[in-house]
Amino acid sequence: MKILKILGLLALMVSLGAFSGKFTSGEDGYSIGDIATDFSLKNVDGSMVSLSDYGEAKGFLVIFTCNTCPYSVAYEDRINALDAKYKSKGVPVIAINPNNPAKKPGDSFAKMKIRAANKDFTFPYVLDEGQKIYPQYGATRTPHVFLLESTSQGNVVKYIGAIDDNSHNASNVDEKYVENAVDAMLAGKEIKVTNTRAIGCSIKA
Amino acid sequence: MKHLLFALVFIVLLISGCNQKPKEKDKEAASEQVFAKFEKEADDQVKFPVYDYEGLEPLLYKDDGKTYIINFWATWCKPCIEELPYFEKVNAEQKDNNVEVVLVSLDMPSMWKSRLEPFVAKKDIKSKVVILDDPKQNDWIPKIDKDWGGGIPATLIYNKDKRGFYERGFTYEELNEELVKYIN
Repeated sequence: MKILKILGLLALMVSLGAFSGKFTSGEDGYSIGDIATDFSLKNVDGSMVSLSDYGEAKGFLVIFTCNTCPYSVAYEDRINALDAKYKSKGVPVIAINPNNPAKKPGDSFAKMKIRAANKDFTFPYVLDEGQKIYPQYGATRTPHVFLLESTSQGNVVKYIGAIDDNSHNASNVDEKYVENAVDAMLAGKEIKVTNTRAIGCSIKA
Repeated sequence: MKHLLFALVFIVLLISGCNQKPKEKDKEAASEQVFAKFEKEADDQVKFPVYDYEGLEPLLYKDDGKTYIINFWATWCKPCIEELPYFEKVNAEQKDNNVEVVLVSLDMPSMWKSRLEPFVAKKDIKSKVVILDDPKQNDWIPKIDKDWGGGIPATLIYNKDKRGFYERGFTYEELNEELVKYIN
């Protein structure tokens, strides 16, 4: 009986611990299950890009990234690979540069065009002009991924965090957080890991 | 370290010299190569301690009466570089107040020799510099602070009575304002 009580207490502690450890992305940013805002931002090809342009999409990988952050640079090829894998499955990548070019000249629109061309980005790379979109999402660093699922209610946030568990070295990755999340979403299954963290460059507004 | 290696090489040569047999010549050549490689690596070794999270953790929980300011930074992080002089200044000014600054670099391994070392030398940084090299960031970031998303600059201030984590940059005034809450 005593053992049962102790076990119960332990279970309670664990569940409480799980709650207190609940991660929210930034103070005002989205949590899992929130409806993400649409936007109309200028792409490196000069066109304006909105989520509503994609009538057929099952979801989106909205990735806040930039030209200058070494962690963003380290993930460029992997972001291209995500787009290659999931665009055809209805979940395209949309990359947003949240940095203010006035504070970070290396992240100017002109430099974004060069970066996108040099790295053959297969996805839109748009500038968050006026830095209005990233605070609504609650992006705090680059790269920072938000997986959205298109539903009749809007674009629901399904995953927030890192692309995978090894920024230094793509060949040493154990867990592909984003791929696991998109695969689960497309299969209609529960996403096991919905929030992850990673070292990144703080966004300069 | 270098002396130790030389001594080791010498001892090995001495031993192998005593037991020299023709058929072992190849082996000896191989072992010399290994030592040559060791020595090269010792020369290339970065000047600062390199820790994984487990190695770093003791520095985050010292109980020796001091107040520690643990700053997470990298040479590529512009706001980190901007605030470094304030941490240096506080480290110098508050030494007698039992305050110590530790600068935890999150530079990638490829940057240790090419960027971190030259930077620390050029800026003549006096605070203790250590490197945290642990790619499993999603595991250790929440251990440092449950609310830390992973953006830098970020700073932990602690002593045996009080602990605070700041995912933000500091000015000199702000850092002092925060610090007095720990040392008074």
